[in-house]
Amino acid sequence: MKLHTLAHSRTGDKGDTSNISIIAYRAEDYPWLCEQLTVERVAGFFADLLEPGAAPVRRYELANVQALNFVLPGILRGGVTRSLALDAHGKCLGSALLDIDLPIMN
Amino acid sequence: MKTLRIGSGAGYSGDRIEPAVELAEHGDLDYLVFECLAERTIALAQQARISDPQGGYDPLLSERMRRVLPFVGVQTGRRRLRVITNMGAANPVSAAAEVRRIAVELGLDLKVLAVVGDDVLTMLQPEFLLDNGQTVGSLGERLISANAYLGVDGILQALHADADVVITGRVADPSLFLAPQMVEFGWAADDWPRLGRGTLVGHLLECAGQVSGGYFADPGFKDVDDLARLGFPLAEIDADGQAVITKVTGSGGRVSRATCTEQLIYEVHDPAAYLTPDVTADFSRVCFVEEGADRVRAQGAGGRSRPERLKVSVGYLDGWIGEGQMSYGGPGAVARAQLARDVVLKRLELIGVKMQDVRAELIGMDSLHGPRSTVEPWEVRLRVAARCEERSEAVRVGNEVETLYTNGPSGGGGASKSVRQVVAVASLLLPRDAVNPRIEA
Repeated sequence: MKLHTLAHSRTGDKGDTSNISIIAYRAEDYPWLCEQLTVERVAGFFADLLEPGAAPVRRYELANVQALNFVLPGILRGGVTRSLALDAHGKCLGSALLDIDLPIMN
Repeated sequence: MKTLRIGSGAGYSGDRIEPAVELAEHGDLDYLVFECLAERTIALAQQARISDPQGGYDPLLSERMRRVLPFVGVQTGRRRLRVITNMGAANPVSAAAEVRRIAVELGLDLKVLAVVGDDVLTMLQPEFLLDNGQTVGSLGERLISANAYLGVDGILQALHADADVVITGRVADPSLFLAPQMVEFGWAADDWPRLGRGTLVGHLLECAGQVSGGYFADPGFKDVDDLARLGFPLAEIDADGQAVITKVTGSGGRVSRATCTEQLIYEVHDPAAYLTPDVTADFSRVCFVEEGADRVRAQGAGGRSRPERLKVSVGYLDGWIGEGQMSYGGPGAVARAQLARDVVLKRLELIGVKMQDVRAELIGMDSLHGPRSTVEPWEVRLRVAARCEERSEAVRVGNEVETLYTNGPSGGGGASKSVRQVVAVASLLLPRDAVNPRIEA
């Protein structure tokens, strides 16, 4: 099952750091998403894009709105102003993360 | 109990104008706020000011003001509407003069005040260290701007001086919305819980349409009605900073728990410590309650004491980016585009283009997130971009892509090329006392 069916997302940028929200559509799915979407899982998903040596990926929980916030330092490689990337803001990163595969819930 | 109504008329410099006019006309507003400064906008505006000393403010300032000023000020049968905006960019004083000129032209008697003090370029010392590890001194003549993120202070002065229109340069985005709440409700500058709640309102509104259904639709998963006529948001706020986010009835878009949650977390790192010049806001326990169609109550924000140092955004020139693109379609498109990519990279090496960094990718295959596509698309577009110290070198990148027409693989079409100067941004921190926000008539 794709994360896309259970959650939505928006990506923000500050300097060369992205933050990606993952928000459960249904409150009852949130604990399970917290269990599945570990820092390691998300860092692994973006392994090719993260800058070697950058600060580690962080995760914050916002239980009242059934959301996780992932902070990915260095992923914008020099930031919006210097980056050679087509999507220098990294705006599309959150949509990419929704492609993550999850086991079918019981 | 009094309810304050604040609308958001722009989420970035180039934003749509008619939703702001709709808010001014039908929003029954006390304040209309336009947030128009991205990270490097001031640096670009500072360059514009160097070539025109009267320039350096937002290019859409005049058009926006011409459209909304007819609803601003004290008018019979309406709330008094006041405008707050950071469209002054690198030149709030000239921007204010321009707004006065437009008001007179429209036959309006309005008080327009500029907030200055964010420009701290002359305070920088060569040994100051930037967040990217460089010193200010190492930038030499490439340094173009340094602007502190001001808080509410200057805007409070302007509102207490009875301004109808307040024009600022760099001010933290939520502060544009917090200042009118402090003035109308008499909140103290150290009433941290209320400042935290007022900052949440500002944070939710500062990107305009992004909380009212813009940047949200995902057909089949998250649908939004009438996106082409997206309405911009407004907040109805009480004296404790409790607020309902809504929009003008009949406008397109939607305000829901989901739209508010996306915006709550947008550009936030630790939700328990959202730093602004005014307060350390705590969004970690915020929740949203839907009270009706397109009406969402925001609850649970808190606040702690403000940071002692202010963030300063430093703009500097950092070379040039040259870019070229070429499309390939039909059977074998990907293989031909890959060959074209190899050829261009080899050519840049053979002819000795001096580059600091280069990137080559196929749009449609791997340009956004690396090679993840499992299907071959019908068409792809080669994109080669390089950062060079000299403009003349950057020009050669796009030229080399263009030569694929007669020298590269078969069937390339739609070449384009561009060169742009890199205006980079770094930051440092200054003690609050070093910065002096004030109004200028």
